[in-house]
Amino acid sequence: MPPIPPVTELIERLAAQMRPAITPGSVLVGIHTGGVWVAEALHAALGLTTPLATIDVSFHRDDHHLGGGLRSGGRVSHLPENVEGAHLILVDDVLYTGRTVRAALNELFDYGRPGRVDLAVLVDRGGRELPIAATWCAYVLPEPLPASESLDLLREADGELRFRLGKK
Amino acid sequence: MTNANPQLNEHGELTHLLTLEGLSREILLGILDRAEPFTAVAEREVKKVPLLRGKSVFNLFFENSTRTRTTFEIAAKRLSADVINLNINTSSAAKGESLLDTVDNLAAMQADMFVVRHASSGAPYLIARHLAATGRKHIHVVNAGDGRHAHPTQGLLDMYTIRHYKKDFTQLSVAVVGDILHSRVARSQLHALTTLGVPDIRLVGPKTLLPTEAARMIPNAPLSVHHDLARGLAGVDVVMMLRLQNERMQGALLPSPQEYFKSWGLTPEKLALAKPDAIVMHPGPMNRGIEIDSAVADGRQAVILPQVTFGIAVRMAVMSMLAGGGAAQ
Repeated sequence: MPPIPPVTELIERLAAQMRPAITPGSVLVGIHTGGVWVAEALHAALGLTTPLATIDVSFHRDDHHLGGGLRSGGRVSHLPENVEGAHLILVDDVLYTGRTVRAALNELFDYGRPGRVDLAVLVDRGGRELPIAATWCAYVLPEPLPASESLDLLREADGELRFRLGKK
Repeated sequence: MTNANPQLNEHGELTHLLTLEGLSREILLGILDRAEPFTAVAEREVKKVPLLRGKSVFNLFFENSTRTRTTFEIAAKRLSADVINLNINTSSAAKGESLLDTVDNLAAMQADMFVVRHASSGAPYLIARHLAATGRKHIHVVNAGDGRHAHPTQGLLDMYTIRHYKKDFTQLSVAVVGDILHSRVARSQLHALTTLGVPDIRLVGPKTLLPTEAARMIPNAPLSVHHDLARGLAGVDVVMMLRLQNERMQGALLPSPQEYFKSWGLTPEKLALAKPDAIVMHPGPMNRGIEIDSAVADGRQAVILPQVTFGIAVRMAVMSMLAGGGAAQ
């Protein structure tokens, strides 16, 4: 499989795809943890003035019985004061089964009824288990990654982002 | 089962919460950490998360309580559980048998969790053991106060409150003041404070309610006994008041309420002996003018109402930890 392009390049591509749809009220919502890093980079690249929002999906995960569990450490959602009618863009690093996005949508609706929700991801690794698609995606793997392999976004000490492929 | 601690399953995870005695620092801190995000749930448009969706929680109160039952009920409902409240006034006779009969009946109604308050020490443990012995290990038991033994969720919410205001347990001086002899709250607090590494724990109260031997109630714990309120409060970071149980005023243990207040009531003057930023806690319900002066109860150092709010988050953490498996499908 060809290597995944550098993250900085993927961010640029993604920002370029998103730009036409951005309105003054659009809010980026990074999904903890990798999605928040991507959202921070996109926020800068798009020059947004609305505050960056974050979302933690622990309360809505569907894999508690599989050991997914609640992660502690005080990670909570920080969403705009008024979600009602807002244009929200969920941001994540990797789109895989779609379960995280499903959980994030449930979490969002606990705060109100957004006007529109989009999904922006850096990499689509295939393997969807739910009918969920990204609005914008910077890179689709030419072949779906087998379930035995993991694809994680890492943040180095200097803040640089990179993907790591590994065995589960 | 080889496990000595009946609260833990074979993987060392919490499956019942019966007492804080014997729970590790990691487990205690794990519960406090898990409680943190739950404090934010109350501020949402939808004050509910689906972690216990489809589960049935039975509040089994054999002893009166409004506040504790209500906070357990709110906690379970915010986790999306179905809550059934049963206030059962026990006759002193036939307690043992009727208790387990009640449990069997409710278990037959597909209960997933029992929250138990009972006047007899050990009742929740008896229920947990009975469930295990009859092959119903999937039903969880939370002790909401048993006799003079333990009130673990109160102890945990107190630890949450202390950590919220003081951050680090290992630098603190803490005074527990009042009717320590009869208090299940005090017992749970003392075990938790010891496990979390508080280096100076002072038991403060009159000799009749606090025998000198109390300093040895937990082996190797940094406990000291003080029969003088002023000396007990000197320089402490946290003052944990206990409720003086009115029913005990009748006996020979205590003089009149007025006299008790004179010697042991927390007044602004007495509180001034503690550190200037000391916090004042009380598990409620308060007896104003007996163990605590209104000026203190309503004063800037009191964190008594935040304790109530944190109590809901802590109980959500405990319940989701015990029964959260597979709930959010």
